Amino acid sequence: MHFPILTLIHLFPLFGGLFFLLLPSEKKTLLRWSAFFVSLVPFFLSLFLLFHFNRSESSLQFVEKFYWIPTIGADYFLAVDGLNLTMVLLATFLIPLAILSSFSVEKDVKTYMFLFLLLETGTLGVFMAFNFFHFFLFWEVGLIPMFFLIKLWGSEDRDSAAFKFFVYTLFGSVAMLLAFQFMYLATKTFDFTELAALSRSGLLKADLVFLCRRLGLPFSPETVMAIGFFAVSIAFAIKVPIWPFHTWLPDAHTQAPTAGSMVLAGLLLKMGVYGFLRIALPLFPDTVRSFAPLLAMFALASILFGAFAAMAQTDLKRMIAYSSINHMGYCMLGIFAIAAKGTLEPKASALNGVLLQMFNHGISSAALFFMVGVLYERAHTRDLSKFGGIQKVMPVFAGLMGISTFSSLGLPGLNGFISEFLIFRGSFPLLTTFTLLATVGLLVTAVYLLTMIQKIFHGPLNEHHPAFPDMTTREIAVVVPLVILMFLVGIYPSPFLHVTNQAVLHFLEIFS
Amino acid sequence: MNCVSATFWTSLIGALLILFLEKEDHDTIKRTAALAGFVCLLFSLTAYLGYDLRQGGMQFVLKRPWIPEFGIDFHVGVDGVSLPLVLLTGFIFFTAVLISWNVKDRPKEFFILFLTLVTGVFGVFVALDLFLLFVFYELAVLPMYLLIGVWGSTRKEYGAMKLTLYLLVGSALIFIGMLALYFESGLRTFDLLQLSQVHYSPTFQKIVFPLLFIGFGVLGGLWPLHTWSPVGHVAAPTSVSMLHAGVLMKLGAYGCFRVAICLLPQGAVFWLPWVAILATVNIVYGSMVAMVQRDFKFVIGYSSVSHMGFVLLGLASMNPIGVSGAVLQMFSHGIMTGLFFAIVGRMVYDRTHTRDLDELGGLSGPLPFANFCFIVGGFASMGLPGLSGFVAELQILIGTWRRYPLLAALTGIGIVVTAAYILRVMHKVFYGNLGEKLHPLEPITPLEKVAGVILVTNLILIGLFPSVMVNLIYTTVEPLVRGLFG
Repeated sequence: MHFPILTLIHLFPLFGGLFFLLLPSEKKTLLRWSAFFVSLVPFFLSLFLLFHFNRSESSLQFVEKFYWIPTIGADYFLAVDGLNLTMVLLATFLIPLAILSSFSVEKDVKTYMFLFLLLETGTLGVFMAFNFFHFFLFWEVGLIPMFFLIKLWGSEDRDSAAFKFFVYTLFGSVAMLLAFQFMYLATKTFDFTELAALSRSGLLKADLVFLCRRLGLPFSPETVMAIGFFAVSIAFAIKVPIWPFHTWLPDAHTQAPTAGSMVLAGLLLKMGVYGFLRIALPLFPDTVRSFAPLLAMFALASILFGAFAAMAQTDLKRMIAYSSINHMGYCMLGIFAIAAKGTLEPKASALNGVLLQMFNHGISSAALFFMVGVLYERAHTRDLSKFGGIQKVMPVFAGLMGISTFSSLGLPGLNGFISEFLIFRGSFPLLTTFTLLATVGLLVTAVYLLTMIQKIFHGPLNEHHPAFPDMTTREIAVVVPLVILMFLVGIYPSPFLHVTNQAVLHFLEIFS
Repeated sequence: MNCVSATFWTSLIGALLILFLEKEDHDTIKRTAALAGFVCLLFSLTAYLGYDLRQGGMQFVLKRPWIPEFGIDFHVGVDGVSLPLVLLTGFIFFTAVLISWNVKDRPKEFFILFLTLVTGVFGVFVALDLFLLFVFYELAVLPMYLLIGVWGSTRKEYGAMKLTLYLLVGSALIFIGMLALYFESGLRTFDLLQLSQVHYSPTFQKIVFPLLFIGFGVLGGLWPLHTWSPVGHVAAPTSVSMLHAGVLMKLGAYGCFRVAICLLPQGAVFWLPWVAILATVNIVYGSMVAMVQRDFKFVIGYSSVSHMGFVLLGLASMNPIGVSGAVLQMFSHGIMTGLFFAIVGRMVYDRTHTRDLDELGGLSGPLPFANFCFIVGGFASMGLPGLSGFVAELQILIGTWRRYPLLAALTGIGIVVTAAYILRVMHKVFYGNLGEKLHPLEPITPLEKVAGVILVTNLILIGLFPSVMVNLIYTTVEPLVRGLFG
């Protein structure tokens, strides 16, 4: 029994948060700083994890597994490998920044900060759990704090946005839950590793088909697997979100408080992509392969519609929200490309790219949403046409926002370029037509992001808004770590790829 | 001392004690009732902790001849099916007394009737003699008429009468079924354990099963015989709603299982697929009707109809995991709905004097504790993991998949709609603008907080560590259901 570091990372925010609830609610400064320090602990622990992680190993590491409810095969099961370690780091890194960025929140600071800590435990649970029961518990735990963050701290239309967010996500969860119940009945396990092993040996299919026979369901084996795949994937498709399940996202983002948007785009969307990688693909590889062109079409639709819709927005936050749909589309394209027929090398490139893209988009979208929040706190509007010439009054802001934008549109030297390059390079031989069409998305993204920069920063100073104060030290402190990472990954991505590569090669065995 | 029979003796003695108290001495009356509730809770906890899991089966058995001429015994005991329900009754009884601390209208009569009702409920859950069970059953149903008719609100006479008539028709069916079992067995005994060993002819089983199942099913809220339930819940005073939805409806489901299914397994095999369909209608229809209500209490009333559908569906699955889920759902829903009615009736209605969803609003500010309780209860009601409803519904649905895959998939609609109506009500009551009429609201009293915390703790505890309950239920249900259905 080794030191339970994953449990500590996973549950520290929750227990720290419960302890935090005992502090007096009127001491806001104390509350803010203690929430920040509580969230720093998992960050340092996950750095420790990173340094002790064996990069040449593809199997699960730091495994912690205990019985939870033996009657229904539910275990407490945490582990990390190359697929989720980067996500764990992203989560423990973004939450302190989100908390730091919310120091300007005045309304009910205690509950607000507690919700973020709860959100951290939820997200980490999703990324590290290897048993469906454990996974699903935290999948939903991540939903509740975000619902209240939007509902209680959001802007004008927050109620309907929160409702839409919750019901959409829950709809997906229910479909996934029903599918897993059925699979449990067929296989007697909720364990992801066991299910994946069963799938590799063909037993999962045999078990499911056998159960369907016994129940008198007249489905062919392929249909059974396809139903299973789509039932499980709808939850992830809504979370990513893939077109046409994306409609909750622009509303949720626009209405959420700044830090809520940061975490929503930075972490919660990744839970969907991660779900595809951890669950949908390993369990149903053949189905994904046979549906790969169709699925890639949805990914392409997300890329193109996301980009064009973003171009048509006048609300800054909505624009960034649609650009998230577009960026997550690249991840999905890469994922469906590895399921298509082809050789190992481009697939490894695409999957490494996907993992990096998840990380990169987490960083750049968090930075962008924060910047928009900074602007909104000063101007009280997010309408693009109301800005102009801000470069002159907020030079620091202009510089940092510029870097984040370029990271988002994939300028070489910054992180976004590397991951998008890897995805495109990998997908090109696998899904050539789709990849070619997807490049239109890159172009459109460049157009609307540059237009945005131009409208906000250049031209004459808009008379509606005289001089805004530039960013405060605290605001700069939120962005600088993000910007440093953008450069770091952009210039020297290999340490990152070393973390993921072994797991990627191991993962691709299911499609060989 | 037999701590299982001690539960109903305690509440009966409590009722008798109150009978001798001064009418005006409200405080002593309430304290006596609360004490009785607390002692009952302690007795049921003792039974829970003292139950030997390795041994399983019926424990704390006590058998004394009562009317030997007709083979009627005073025979009590608990197993993994009834013990969670005894515990549930203990929790709801105690918290309901705390919640009704503000009863000012004739508290003496109120608490006498209330304790009599509880006596009946405890009795049904622990009785192992069919006749004894029936006596307790009637004891639980009849005081309800007076409690609603006298202390109720909103069309109380209508609600009380409707409820009583429905339940009496149910009782009549049970009575006929009971006599049929008595004579057909030829054993001249009402002993449930002996009757369960008898092999009745298939035709007999097919005829008598619906009598018993529908008879109890009326009380369990089986669609389309559920209509008394929302009306009755709304008309009843708060603590009675808590007991009514929290425990009394479980009495019906318990009877369905203990009497109808356990004694007539072949009848069950024949009829339960139809019951499963009705139960699915319960789930989906109940949630949709809850969605469109304008009265806060009606929403909770219909949500009970919807959730009882899960219990019946679990029972109809005829396999250990589904039935075990049904028993857990009875416990979980009992606690949850008890909490809901405490919020609606006591924390909100007694302060705002309205239950109209359009008039309520913004209560999270003045009543944060009520808001907190509603959030936990609401998420439990949606079946979110980490709260007790999830584990129960998970087991029920796994069991249902095994026998009725199509119905299992359809319940998904119910779950999503449940989320929608809970969020709708949460929004309308606790968020938005505080209506001007609603100022000022007295804060939540400590007694209400104690009650709320007890119930919320149960929901979370069972949600995170379901084994504390699941192991107990499963040790009984597994051999029992395998014995019945192979």
